[in-house]
Amino acid sequence: MSLHYTKEHEWIRVEGDIATVGITDFAQAQLGDVVFVEVPETGRQVSKGSEAAVVESVKAASDVYAPVSGEVLEGNQALVEDSALVNSDPEGEGWFFRLRLSNPGELEGLMDADAYRSFCESQ
Amino acid sequence: MSEADMILPLDSWHRARGARMVSFAGYSMPIQYEGIIAEHRWTRESAGLFDVSHMGQLIIAGAGAEKGLESLLPGDLAILKEGRLRYSLLLTDDAGILDDLMVTRRGDHFYMVVNGATKEADIEHLRERLPAGVVLDHMKEQALLALQGPKAVEALSRLAPGVEDLSFMTGGAFRLSGIPAWISRSGYTGEDGFEISVPASVVTEVADLLAEQPEVKPIGLGARDSLRLEAGLPLYGHDLDPTTTPIEADLGFAISKRRRAEGGFPGWFRISKEMEQGTIRRRVGLAVLGRQPVREGAMVVDGEGNEVGKVTSGGFSPMLEAPIAMAYVPTASADAGGTVTLAQRGKIFEARIVPMPFVPHRYHRKGAAK
Repeated sequence: MSLHYTKEHEWIRVEGDIATVGITDFAQAQLGDVVFVEVPETGRQVSKGSEAAVVESVKAASDVYAPVSGEVLEGNQALVEDSALVNSDPEGEGWFFRLRLSNPGELEGLMDADAYRSFCESQ
Repeated sequence: MSEADMILPLDSWHRARGARMVSFAGYSMPIQYEGIIAEHRWTRESAGLFDVSHMGQLIIAGAGAEKGLESLLPGDLAILKEGRLRYSLLLTDDAGILDDLMVTRRGDHFYMVVNGATKEADIEHLRERLPAGVVLDHMKEQALLALQGPKAVEALSRLAPGVEDLSFMTGGAFRLSGIPAWISRSGYTGEDGFEISVPASVVTEVADLLAEQPEVKPIGLGARDSLRLEAGLPLYGHDLDPTTTPIEADLGFAISKRRRAEGGFPGWFRISKEMEQGTIRRRVGLAVLGRQPVREGAMVVDGEGNEVGKVTSGGFSPMLEAPIAMAYVPTASADAGGTVTLAQRGKIFEARIVPMPFVPHRYHRKGAAK
């Protein structure tokens, strides 16, 4: 298993060729109370950098971009039912979607936990 | 926060309490402390303390003040009694809304509170038009706090005895723990509550005294916005602007009966015409179906997808746990119970037109049972 982060404040947990994607604790704190989440449908092909999910807080709407390309295996329905999971457990139960990596090489440019921590401190 | 933002007297007070600061109306202001939904619910259940020191506090004095102001506002100031507040509007000659405000008769002068983002333009507008001999003073040295919620009266009367006798839309001079304060029973949340004007030099002490009361927590701009939206209260610059008239905005109550009959204020011709013949569009409340908020800027569309109106405020109601909005829609389809179609970022939403407020007002009206 490996854990990666993006500058858009997403985390990607990779096991084999399966990646689970969510937003970081830093991101949920910035968003504030999340009131709506939309996750991608199973089977959808997403390419790196394209819109994959929507997260809306009381304050604003934000897009969640696919950090890597692949085929969506599952959107987190628990999150659709209870969007506050993004605030209470962003890097656990509050995951957004899983996908099968179509280009594992895309993981190369992402940050590890230490690099991401320094990135947040510089924000 | 941008470099140019001005700093309010309670800036460090907010930061010390963990506020996240944002740029608003040219000032650095707290958007939230613990979180918008928790702060919103606290205000509806207990009492919330808001810093609204960015708003403009004006004194209009001089022998011709009443007549001079009546020439610029549609309110009946002649019958406004001592210590009474009135909601009013600054209007263009074509009835466009330049600002909405509260005006109070206070002894030999009028005290006016106007929006922060528009205060400089309002002052210029007033100074250019008020007759000679009427003096306008911008009280830059005064701060303004609001204490809102069902327990506001308990908390404030402990510090400023006598405020419990005020009824909604009245005010008076009090001492708050010895500090001279002008306190009115008014606000922008739909709850019972007070607005408290004190010298900026002592506002930190006053904020500390209020926040020490067990009923009170500081509340940011985020919850101020969601509270006023639930209360159906329009926000200047969003739901009201120079292209909207009081009748379109459903603020006909601000046009006093005598003033409507007599005229003598900007926009009277158009307003009386609109009161008789109606308007093409009207501000309404919307209950949006589903969970996703529809926000300011979303379009109201007809069956063919043509834009026929606009959402001017929208968000998630913490009390109803559902998205709500205000929009201008064609008057022909503005009746409560009807439905409208909205479009936002390429997605279609259905909404039901509902009466406002979305959450009932709980003002402390004179003569009403407690």
